Amino acid sequence: MSDLSARFSPSRREVLRGIGLVAGGAAMYRAMTALGVTRGSKYTGPVDLSGAPRGASVLVLGAGLAGMTAAYELRNAGYRVQVLEYNARPGGRNWTLRGGDTYTELGGERQHCEFDKGLYLNPGPWRIPYHHENLLHYCRELGVALEPFVQVNYNAYLHSPAAFGGKPQRYRSYKADYQGMVAEQLAKVVGQGALDKEFDKQDREMLLESLREWGYLDGQLRYTRNDGTSDTRGYDKDPGGGLSGKPVWSQPLSAKDVLNSQLWHALPIGDVYEFQTTLFQPVGGMGRIGEAFGRELGDLIRYNAKVTRIVQDEHGVSAHYEDAAHPGVTRQVRADWCLCTIPLSILGQIPMNVGSAMADAISAVSYAASVKIGLQFKRRFWEEDERIYGGITYTDLPIFTIGYPSTDFFSRGKGVLLGAYTWGASAFQFTAMSPAERVREAVRQGSQIHPQYANEFENGIAVAWHRVPFAMGCFGEWSDELRAKHYDNLCQIDGRIALAGEHASYLPAWQEGAITSALDAIGRLHQRAVAGAKS
Amino acid sequence: MKRTARCGIIAAMLLAASAHAQSPAADEAVLPPAVLAHASGEQIFQHICQGCHMPDARGATGAGTYPALAKDANLESAAFAAATVLSGRRDMPAFGPRTDLQGFEAMLHVDLDDAQIAAVVNYIRSHFGNHYADTLSAADVAALHPPTPHKP
Ligand SMILES: Cc1cc2nc3c(=O)[nH]c(=O)nc-3n(C[C@H](O)[C@H](O)[C@H](O)COP(=O)(O)OP(=O)(O)OC[C@H]3O[C@@H](n4cnc5c(N)ncnc54)[C@H](O)[C@@H]3O)c2cc1C
Ligand code: HEC
Repeated sequence: MSDLSARFSPSRREVLRGIGLVAGGAAMYRAMTALGVTRGSKYTGPVDLSGAPRGASVLVLGAGLAGMTAAYELRNAGYRVQVLEYNARPGGRNWTLRGGDTYTELGGERQHCEFDKGLYLNPGPWRIPYHHENLLHYCRELGVALEPFVQVNYNAYLHSPAAFGGKPQRYRSYKADYQGMVAEQLAKVVGQGALDKEFDKQDREMLLESLREWGYLDGQLRYTRNDGTSDTRGYDKDPGGGLSGKPVWSQPLSAKDVLNSQLWHALPIGDVYEFQTTLFQPVGGMGRIGEAFGRELGDLIRYNAKVTRIVQDEHGVSAHYEDAAHPGVTRQVRADWCLCTIPLSILGQIPMNVGSAMADAISAVSYAASVKIGLQFKRRFWEEDERIYGGITYTDLPIFTIGYPSTDFFSRGKGVLLGAYTWGASAFQFTAMSPAERVREAVRQGSQIHPQYANEFENGIAVAWHRVPFAMGCFGEWSDELRAKHYDNLCQIDGRIALAGEHASYLPAWQEGAITSALDAIGRLHQRAVAGAKS
Repeated sequence: MKRTARCGIIAAMLLAASAHAQSPAADEAVLPPAVLAHASGEQIFQHICQGCHMPDARGATGAGTYPALAKDANLESAAFAAATVLSGRRDMPAFGPRTDLQGFEAMLHVDLDDAQIAAVVNYIRSHFGNHYADTLSAADVAALHPPTPHKP
């Protein structure tokens, strides 16, 4: 819907495409301005920004997805836009660590990513639900190639050191056994007349019929070892052809073991709206989205600019900033309006003259702990030995998660696993370790699930979000009560300043939340700017 | 399990919140909940606080700052330090009870009891170049609880 090319006459479009191909988006934009295409042409982006006052300017703080979405749309609508960004790169939490990258966390520990070419870790976002339409819209518009992200893998594991002697269980088998157990027990009580009041005879027959199908029950409504259950939970020997092809059925787990193992906690994860098939990931790493936005915005973004103070008066907003690499000298920029997307974890420490309602809202939210660790192995043993192609193993070890790459299946070379993805008390404790200790610990724990770790591990990199210099936390931790008290005050425009970002959304810790909050905020800023220009 | 789904990083907590508690072995690098619940002031500092305030409590600065707790004049007031740990302030999480949190959010929260908060405050006030002689008790911390037991 906001495909720029639809708005030009063919000849000009051709000229511009040529410029865009050769010189990239920023040059193309300058050319567009020169050709008179942007100013005055009808803006057709995802929010109504038509009729931007001539010469009106907006200062955007932060070049994460919220800030860059805002800058992109405001620029396209004809505003003069400047972006200040602390990092030397665009994207913020949208970020990929690849072989050759270095990363210095708070406290000064520097890690060199030693992954092979093409291998990467997404330390932050890694998956995109199919219904995150605004994010997917920008991927299409900016030419970011997407591929499927495997969330549920029936052949990955559920694991607890306290269950089944620590032996990981295939999701497929455990899920079938759990359903079989529930179906068999429910069928039993229906047979005993326990639901005679709720359901008439026909209803009960229907229920039993559905339980037979859902729980893979036999003719006597029992969940037993047979071809039907093996064709769900898996065989001891898969069916094949010829004389050697006779399958060997597998033995279901006992109902009591299924229950008491508590692995059922992890069964519904893939049923959650955000985790339902199909999910996507950018080819080459999530950071491709931020990189594409950065290319598009070009020198509208000033990098290494650490904002230290934000001052508004009745005519505009000034931001004071210093060179992040060489602090000391303070500079200022000024615009009519300001959209600030700096995470609250940091914004709470930056002096800014807003009213107490917004200031209290900023102070009310602390940030969750989370740690991700990428581990490179000499070979893709999870595929070669265990037939696990993408997806996630869940464990109640402190690493919580082992994520298998959703790309490059069957490739012969090395591979990188997400060796830990953890929260809460476990994440606080991983954060308190040195990066080398975190990696060591992830390898030690993970080898309880994949003994191949011992021989195949090569190197790793660990990102603890409270130690990330530009974020100081994973995401804004709202409760219903905090939201009721502060959320509207956080999002309300204060004078000439509006806030946006993941923290200003009902989608915490999703990129879609950051993007939709930016679109919402610039729509409201635009209305003020238009109203102000008319008065 | 309210709204566990709303969050980009949900998931294994459904599993981990409960089951890790029953893991048999006390894990050295990551204290299991049952061990963390009885951790000393020094252990709490090393396993939790130093994640942000750094191992030698010198703090750190990037786009924002974690204040140093080493040679920290603000620690003169034990009550100020304890209230900060109990109720949090801005990006400093509350470690006291948070009854407003449910499901996933509750699992993200680390709950220290009054005796532990006293112990960790006593620890930082007597280490890292701080030499405050007075100490706090659990009862002193109990008296600091806000009327509503979580952040405003
Ligand atoms: C571990 C983890 C997993 C996640 N998983 C997913 C997922 O699978 N899918 C998904 O969609 N989302 C996921 N998210 C959430 C997603 O990353 C965020 O919601 C989104 O990237 C936030 O964008 P933002 O623009 O609001 O903030 P940010 O990306 O944080 O942007 C803020 C910008 O402000 C800059 N800044 C900070 N301080 C200053 C300063 N003083 N001066 C100037 N600039 C400053 C920062 O450098 C940064 O570039 C995950 C996040 C994390 C941490
Ligand atoms: C998630 C990061 C984080 C963790 C973990 C953390 N702190 Fe803090 N702490 C902060 C931040 C940020 C501040 C500054 C708060 C502000 O005023 O904005 C702070 C401030 C403080 C202060 C006030 C210091 C001063 O001079 O004003 C004390 C005391 C303190 N923390 C103690 C602790 C203790 C004890 C622990 C462990 C139980 C701990 N902190 C864990 C982030 C953290």
